[in-house]
Amino acid sequence: MPFKRFVETGRIALISDGQHKGKLAAIVDVINQTRALIDGPETGVPRHDIRLNQLHLTKFRIKFPFTAGTRVVRKAWKDSKVNEQWSQSMWARKVEAKKKRLELTDFDRFKLNHARSIRNKLRTTAYLHLKRLSRKKKAAGKDDAKKGAKPAKKAAAPKKAK
Amino acid sequence: MVATPADKNAVKKTKVAGAGKGKVTKKGRQGNRRNYDLGCGVYRFSRTRMYHKKALWKFMGKKTKKTEKPKKKVTVVKEIKGEKNGGKRTVFLKKRTKLYPTTNKVNRHPSKKCFSDHKRRLRRSLQPGKIVIILAGLHKGKRAVLLKALPSGLLLITGPFTLNGVPLRRIHPNFVISTATSIDVAKVRGLKALNDKYFKRVKAKRVKKDNQDLFAQKKEQYKPSEQRKIDQKNVDKQVLKAISKRKGEAGMLRKYLCTMFGFRSSQYPHRMKF
Repeated sequence: MPFKRFVETGRIALISDGQHKGKLAAIVDVINQTRALIDGPETGVPRHDIRLNQLHLTKFRIKFPFTAGTRVVRKAWKDSKVNEQWSQSMWARKVEAKKKRLELTDFDRFKLNHARSIRNKLRTTAYLHLKRLSRKKKAAGKDDAKKGAKPAKKAAAPKKAK
Repeated sequence: MVATPADKNAVKKTKVAGAGKGKVTKKGRQGNRRNYDLGCGVYRFSRTRMYHKKALWKFMGKKTKKTEKPKKKVTVVKEIKGEKNGGKRTVFLKKRTKLYPTTNKVNRHPSKKCFSDHKRRLRRSLQPGKIVIILAGLHKGKRAVLLKALPSGLLLITGPFTLNGVPLRRIHPNFVISTATSIDVAKVRGLKALNDKYFKRVKAKRVKKDNQDLFAQKKEQYKPSEQRKIDQKNVDKQVLKAISKRKGEAGMLRKYLCTMFGFRSSQYPHRMKF
């Protein structure tokens, strides 16, 4: 499979390590094989060089000329609404969820598990109900039962737990 | 162990002494220190740099005069009457000692502190009313309510007994994880009588050797006394009442106390909040 995300000017990356861990920044210039110049005027990342193994490349890319100044980067960033797009992405939501999970106290964890078990019970009862229905159908029309279509594994309106 | 407030002060003081660039909030020093350790004993400014910064050249070659203190008299000349006595004698104002000890003086050591006299320090997270997770002993893995800390340094906890079977008992704070959840136990009464003496183990009396066979005798199993049962009921009732006062969470809290604590996969205590 060909690569789709490259270390290139305008590529938005998530900083995975160091002082600005967890912030977004745009690559402004590639210094060498291992380092790049980044800038994140909208995320509080000062313009500085960083090792590439401290970056996680995202699918977003904004357009500005190579080695553009902070002002240009900020404008491009705002115009393409990077922050908005990022917050809607699956990745950002997972990061957020992880943070939330880390902050749970023991009692919160218990409550979560409790809610989850209730949801799962609802889900299994719904599933078994559907299964029983389909079996009855099968018994009613034996001729059609050459290929017993498996009951759809559908949850009965899964209760969102936290 | 988490430091008590008194300890923290001590830490602060040492920090002030060793701090390089850190702000000094104490009275003595205002602002940042000019010269500080960059690490490995290398300082930000060299000796000559500091010489100019401090404007030490102003004071070079100058000598402040020593203030002369008037000498105290050690001796006094006294007149001596009578013939053949020389007329005068210099006498020490402070008499010299007549006796010198032949052996070294024995220093009296201050009496050693017994374990019972030790100062107890408790983690700040262990406040009365906190729900704790018991890590050792018969009840390990259960959650219980911390009622108070005893002078012996142990914690007084209760399940409550009706919920999870943890009776009123003492436990060492090292065998406990304190959680963020707490119950208001300030109004629980009858805790004063529950002190260390109350929980002291009763020793069985020694049986005379000639009367009975040593091996035939069995150890008696522990049975809670009537008094303990009464106290247990009394305290639990109040604690359960305090739990029920938590609106919207009372039922959950009760279930929480009923269930055992445990880890799921990829859960590590040092990464978790409690």
